[in-house]
Amino acid sequence: MSLLSLSRIGHAFFGRTVLEGITLEIGAGEVVALVGPSGSGKSTIAHIAAGLIEPREGRIARSYRRHAMVFQEPRLMPWATVEQNIGFPLRLSRHPRSTRRAAAGAAAEAAGLLPADLGKYPVELSGGMRQRTAIARALVTAPDFVYFDEPFTALDVALKRRMQDLVIASAARASFAALFITHDLMEAIRVSHRILVLDRLGRGIAGERRLAGDPGARDEAAIFAQRQAFLTGDPLFAHIHELDERLRP
Amino acid sequence: MIAACLDRLSRLGRFLWSGWAGLAGLCLLAALWQAGHEAYGSFILPAPVETLNAAWRLLHDGAARDLLELTTLRALMGFALSAVIGVALGVAAGYSPATLRLSRPILTVILGVPPIAWIVLAMIWFGASALTVALTILIATTPVVFMGAVEGVTTRDRGLDAMAQVFGAGPLRRFTHVAARQIAGHVLPALVLALGSSFKVAIMAELLANAGGVGGALARARSMLDITDALAWVALAVLALFLVEYGLIRPVQAELERWRDAARPWGVKR
Repeated sequence: MSLLSLSRIGHAFFGRTVLEGITLEIGAGEVVALVGPSGSGKSTIAHIAAGLIEPREGRIARSYRRHAMVFQEPRLMPWATVEQNIGFPLRLSRHPRSTRRAAAGAAAEAAGLLPADLGKYPVELSGGMRQRTAIARALVTAPDFVYFDEPFTALDVALKRRMQDLVIASAARASFAALFITHDLMEAIRVSHRILVLDRLGRGIAGERRLAGDPGARDEAAIFAQRQAFLTGDPLFAHIHELDERLRP
Repeated sequence: MIAACLDRLSRLGRFLWSGWAGLAGLCLLAALWQAGHEAYGSFILPAPVETLNAAWRLLHDGAARDLLELTTLRALMGFALSAVIGVALGVAAGYSPATLRLSRPILTVILGVPPIAWIVLAMIWFGASALTVALTILIATTPVVFMGAVEGVTTRDRGLDAMAQVFGAGPLRRFTHVAARQIAGHVLPALVLALGSSFKVAIMAELLANAGGVGGALARARSMLDITDALAWVALAVLALFLVEYGLIRPVQAELERWRDAARPWGVKR
């Protein structure tokens, strides 16, 4: 049974077609990475699937209970403390204040934040801590589907890996399904069960590769070897690094 | 709960302590004033102490308090009207680009007409009454509040809107939970400005329309060439504005801007 299914989605910004014939399905508990060169419309797909953008054509079927999203920027409310930011989705779904505190505290701890950080404002946090807060906010409602929209692009390499481990661990624990948008093939191989490659002009999904084993169970050497194999031997990934977004018609 | 109270108390303490700097600035102004007094004499420019004594005497007369109250009430009435109307129209225009484009030239016209002209018109329409004063304040200060609200809506972080939408907030709750705070950040400085103008315009309208209040008392002081009294009335009006501003708007602003304090490094708070 699939939690999310897009069929023949197409979209245009100001008359310029950016997506056409996008069809994909994501099953329960499955983390699917969507890779493609920058500017190919990956984020737009995630935003359409999450209901932030109305597509020009195509059908979306969502059968999950609740979704959440981690954006490229943390998108925290600067006037609210870490605890209030994490508890925001609960506030929107009208949970009482007392259970909100406890749930926010638990989510923060699971995302690696310290109890002392709960009273701080986002301006007082480092970039990594802010993204941790955003992840805790996404997971606080125990969603069964999470959208990750290039969430770690702005972080440095070491921090990125810690965040990926956090995602892998929480996906395994909470067994949510996810659509993970990224342009980093290494990241896609680390966190996902299956990789979809977007056509470089957004004309459909060019192809998919299923990865062996579960995310988190793969060792670093195997991940690196897989990446090399994809980049050098697999025609599907030939275009992934080559497109300059300024040259798009 | 206790921690929140303590936090507010500490911020209040910090604010009161920063009052010394304000007092030093006022003393500097008083020194310049005193120098002017010594150069030109009591008739042209009475000494600050004389003025303060006159103000004190006026306050203890009893009648002065009624006049101040009248002017303050009128100013506040006009200010409240302009705040409500300005914020409502500004938010509406901010969310509707077409309305905004229509209203910009109208605003320029309204801002271009001097308040004095409005006073004359209002006097012809409504006579020398509180309505004249309120209307003049309304016209003079609403554009400022309106622009603040528009600015707040148009410069809000749309990323936060999308974030709230993903987590299930409809348009109304996106406004109340996410946009309202950002709009308030722009509206409050505009309100401070509008409150100051309200007092100024109120006194000016009273003086011209001969509608009593502080403006009326100033007119009397002018006709009697009583400079000390005139300055004392000015000082009292400034005092009233100060009390209203720091009793009404600044606490709200401080409460909303608490997070900005956290961004400042320790020891450089304002």
